Amino acid sequence: MIKQAIAQTVLRERVAQAVFTVAACCCVLAVALICFFLLVSGIPAIAEIGVVEFFFGTVWKPEIGLYGIGYMIIGSLYVTAGSLIIGVPLGIFTALYLSRFATKRLGSALQRGVELLAGIPSIVFGFFGLVALVPLIRMTMGGTGLSILAASVILGIMILPTIITVSRAALDAVPQNYYEGALALGARHERCVFRVLLPAAASGIVASIVLGFGRAIGETMAVVMIVGNQVRLPSAITDGVRTLTGNIILEMGYAADLHRGALFATALVLFVFILAINLLFNMMKKRAGI
Amino acid sequence: MSDTALTPAAGTSQVGIMPNGLLEMRATKRAAARARLQNVLVKVAAALTAAILLFIVGYILIMGIPHISPDLFAFVYNSTNLSLMPALINTLIMIVFSLAIAFPLGLGSAIYLVEYTKRDNRFVKMIRLTAETLAGIPSIVYGLFGLLFFVTVLGWGWSLLAGAFTLAIMILPVILRTSEEALKAVPDSYREGSFSLGAGRLRTVIRVLLPAAIPGIAAGIILSIGRIFGESAALIYTAGAVAAIPESVFDSARTLSVHMWVLYSEGLHGDKAYATAAVLLGIVVIINIFSARVAGRITKGEKHA
Repeated sequence: MIKQAIAQTVLRERVAQAVFTVAACCCVLAVALICFFLLVSGIPAIAEIGVVEFFFGTVWKPEIGLYGIGYMIIGSLYVTAGSLIIGVPLGIFTALYLSRFATKRLGSALQRGVELLAGIPSIVFGFFGLVALVPLIRMTMGGTGLSILAASVILGIMILPTIITVSRAALDAVPQNYYEGALALGARHERCVFRVLLPAAASGIVASIVLGFGRAIGETMAVVMIVGNQVRLPSAITDGVRTLTGNIILEMGYAADLHRGALFATALVLFVFILAINLLFNMMKKRAGI
Repeated sequence: MSDTALTPAAGTSQVGIMPNGLLEMRATKRAAARARLQNVLVKVAAALTAAILLFIVGYILIMGIPHISPDLFAFVYNSTNLSLMPALINTLIMIVFSLAIAFPLGLGSAIYLVEYTKRDNRFVKMIRLTAETLAGIPSIVYGLFGLLFFVTVLGWGWSLLAGAFTLAIMILPVILRTSEEALKAVPDSYREGSFSLGAGRLRTVIRVLLPAAIPGIAAGIILSIGRIFGESAALIYTAGAVAAIPESVFDSARTLSVHMWVLYSEGLHGDKAYATAAVLLGIVVIINIFSARVAGRITKGEKHA
């Protein structure tokens, strides 16, 4: 009887371990599947179009068989750079506030606000940009308002939570005695924060920027609603451009054959970008110790 | 004003410096001015962040709420009422399905990582690396993968099931990470106590560790619900945009965020779009309040432990 019970328990433990191990494999399996399917659908298309024509071609006209994403790569980079110009300073200063300046009540209220900001769907950000920001730009700066500027501002706001949260974690991870040491040497609170804590948290803050870059370049819905989507080299920040993500969402609905392949190839480019950014982020996170 | 600028907020006392010469006095003044500037900059940035959030939320709600009308919640969608009700119901169905797929897998992975393996072998490293990779992939790439694999290769078509599986992969790292942290936060004395009473590993996990980790796991679920709720890019080409409650899991189903996208792409920016945006945002605010409550309970729980 007892022997049987023990055997049963051992068996149960074995089965449980196997089940949990299988579950643990699912992340690995998912990434493998995503890599496999994007490669299998993207690479042949790139090969057929031609590597140079695909990456450096500036004309995207599926109806006559021209698939150049050069201007879209530039468009994505412009919009992302713009969002960093807006989001990074604002985010880092806000993180400094939350970490070292805020009173307890104000700080936790703002923290919850930041969490809410992170939870607002991108489609709502896009809609807000479309009905509030785009008309404002149209009235004050001319053009249609659907522009790099509009997309940069909205994306800058959207990456704020990422920058604030990661930067704050980096600032909070700096040992308290750094701050106390500086204070003991006669430095003011502000000087301690800006000259001692900020440099000590630098690698974590850079990591937050890298992560923000990744979020911004991958954002789709909000951008496509307000960026104009013209395939061109912009000459002003009030010009519209098309981003890599926008290209996919706009044309996937009706694309076929090589056109479809070219869109999967666009996604593959985006995926490789993101993998590189993630790798960089993880390296920096390790260095920052957060 | 100068008083607040010079007094450190952290509650430490101001360091008194008595300037002897003119040079020192100037240097002190400059330092004071710089400190004041830095202080103001930090506070302005924080105020600006808060103002941006309040403005966006306020704008959407104030412009949208007056346009919310009963026909927006009609059970059948047509081109005049533009009802969001089917989309709202579909969203709930989508949340249930995605969680039903992702939750056991995510929790199982977390249990494996925390309880069944040593911290740093190669398999564990690979799981962590892939989970972090999944967390960084943009939703549009998930959407295309779902289109390739679930919709095309498995032949499910644009369907509830394809959408749910796509979203399940997307929220998997969220559930994995939060569950892992919740399990890690359970003190080792719980495990030791359970083992010393003769319980096996499985019994310890189910009877001791999971109940103790419930608040953290719940936080992960709420976070996932928020993600699913706001998602559109990953769903447009997997679940499609049919504005009706699906009869089977192989029918297309538009969620509320996709509904918003369809309104936009059909050029309908009118009152109904404002109202829909307000409803969408309102629900997000409610989910957030919930998640803050749960997070509050976790920290309280930790204090007791």
